Amino acid sequence: MSAATANGADPAPASGDVLVRVEDLRVHFPITSGIVFQRKIGAVNAVDGLDFSILRGETLGLVGESGCGKSTTGRAILQLMRPTTGRVLYEGGDLAHLSGKRLRRQRKRMQMIFQDPYASLNGRMTVSDIVGEPLLVHRMGSGKERKAKVRELLQTVGINPNTLNRYPHEFSGGQRQRIGIARALAVEPNFIVCDEPISALDVSIRAQIINLLQKLQREFGLTYLFIAHDLSVVRHISDRVAVMYLGRIVELAENATLYEAPMHPYTQALLSAVPIPDPEAEERRRPVVLVGDVPSPVDPPSGCHFHTRCPAAREGLCDVDDPPLVEVRPGHYAACHLITATDFPHIRAGEDDLAVVAEGGGAT
Amino acid sequence: MSDDNRFDAGLRQRDEHLEPEAEMDLAPSGATAGAELASAAGAAGWSPDALLIEHRSLWGEIWRRLRKDKFAVLGMIIIAILVLVAVLAPWIAPHDPTRQYSEGLTMQGMPVGSNSQFWLGTDPLGRDMLSRLMYGARVSLTVGVLANGFALILGVVFGLTAGYFRGWVETLLMRMTDVMMAFPIFLFAIALSTAINKTSIWVLVLVIGIVYWTPMTRVIHGEVLSIREKEFVDAARLTGCSSPRILFRHILPHLVAPIIVYTSLGIATTILFESTLSYIGLGVQPPTPSWGQMISEGQSFYLSAPHLVLYPGLCIMITVLAFNLVGDGLRDAFDPRQRRG
Repeated sequence: MSAATANGADPAPASGDVLVRVEDLRVHFPITSGIVFQRKIGAVNAVDGLDFSILRGETLGLVGESGCGKSTTGRAILQLMRPTTGRVLYEGGDLAHLSGKRLRRQRKRMQMIFQDPYASLNGRMTVSDIVGEPLLVHRMGSGKERKAKVRELLQTVGINPNTLNRYPHEFSGGQRQRIGIARALAVEPNFIVCDEPISALDVSIRAQIINLLQKLQREFGLTYLFIAHDLSVVRHISDRVAVMYLGRIVELAENATLYEAPMHPYTQALLSAVPIPDPEAEERRRPVVLVGDVPSPVDPPSGCHFHTRCPAAREGLCDVDDPPLVEVRPGHYAACHLITATDFPHIRAGEDDLAVVAEGGGAT
Repeated sequence: MSDDNRFDAGLRQRDEHLEPEAEMDLAPSGATAGAELASAAGAAGWSPDALLIEHRSLWGEIWRRLRKDKFAVLGMIIIAILVLVAVLAPWIAPHDPTRQYSEGLTMQGMPVGSNSQFWLGTDPLGRDMLSRLMYGARVSLTVGVLANGFALILGVVFGLTAGYFRGWVETLLMRMTDVMMAFPIFLFAIALSTAINKTSIWVLVLVIGIVYWTPMTRVIHGEVLSIREKEFVDAARLTGCSSPRILFRHILPHLVAPIIVYTSLGIATTILFESTLSYIGLGVQPPTPSWGQMISEGQSFYLSAPHLVLYPGLCIMITVLAFNLVGDGLRDAFDPRQRRG
């Protein structure tokens, strides 16, 4: 960890107040065999060494293909899945080593909005029970106060408070998602992980939920980790964006910088897949088409995880060494050997700005 | 919006919904669509025309639903009658169930059929069938319900624990279940009864409960494995719910359907298993009657005196049917999606 910080691969800008700090986070799912005596025969390296910070009040977008470890990252930060190694610091306190009561108490500070509004609400509980449960569990207020709070929360997210004795199946997908948001807000958290909160919704409802999330952020000063695979939505809502590939962050930058001047070949390929609503511009650009599938996280490629599909990969470098995530320009982090190499065509113009980093540094 | 404003809005809203006392669910779909549109417009966020549904307690709601189900009510009435008969047997039985009447046998020593003295005829020893059936209900119902309840509790506790906590607890409990399932049931029952060295109805309950918890554990375990991965369980954990709360408030309610179906079916199996155990001399000892025992005693006469197996068989069938009807009704009543009006 200290190694990563030492060589500058610590995506925590000097400006701003860090709310959540993730250090060398790894989540490996063991693959076992045997019935009674289980032997570990391998592991799925879902999250393979993440270092980043989330600033107070910002929205950090986390994008990547399916299976790259986005959701696992969100869950590991919230300790829904315990990290294999690494630390998750919330306001400086490590969550990864908390358990039992102390962890449950911390849960008041951070919540999650789930992807599937049909699976995330318990169908056997009424709306008032669902939204009121966090209040009950944390013993916030008397029964009457809780009831009033539930009504207020429902109103905040745009659900008629008169429906509080109904069951989730009586609501539409968008309304269910609103109820899920009300539940997340109940404990007055500072930090919310939005795990693809709109992917399962109708296109017509998506904008409403996004607008609601933005309204709530302004109103309550929330910090979001916004996980999505929809690049345009992330662009709309995020302040900074991190791009993940196979369990690692390959690029992290301010929203505008990342979308206007992506550095990592993977980010460039991802962005070139987003349609531009301008036929002429669409005509002019050269899309980068990646060949092949994402390699298996059970047996990730050596060196840079992306080298098997990278259009610019170099033998003897990319397939051998792990590129560390380094600050290429102020606030712009990327993990690619080719960026740090001086003759990389994409960034030659900005060569002088590049941070010079010793190869084989700590950050993986 | 400041806190004060929100509070005011909440108050206004509370005042509003005190007025409408009409029936609920007038237009739920219309109201929901309205709410979506209103929020799209960025206005109040929800339409004011959805009416407040008054809160009912969970059990009150289930009871209300159950009462509406004619078959479930029929089942409950049958069970009530059976229980009454069993409890009141000493007072309402026309004869002593263990007395061998000389007029209960023909000259050839065969049991007699229905007549004015013995309404349902007699058994091969000249005892009154009706009285024996009434007394038999005591044993059969007690064993059926208690043994099943015992198996149910063991099965739910083990299944929940194994499925929720996983790890070595799961390995231990589930392998134990496998071993139990692989064990010859009769041998086990005989060994257990011999070890206890008593024959009573309680031994039967114990033996049958221990034999029958295994399939229940399997069923519950499998269900828990799938439910614990659902997002609402994650949400509950995130909320700060303790494990017992997650188990009993979030997971157990989803197990109601398999539990009820399995238990109501199990009652039949248990009543029959009791007869088998009584037949090989474990459990209820003659001359105390039980339905299963009456069937096994009468089976050698089924050609010449079919009523010997017919009546106890009917009793078992009616009991099982009644429990299944109630079970079906309960399962539906527990499912909020089935609730209407």
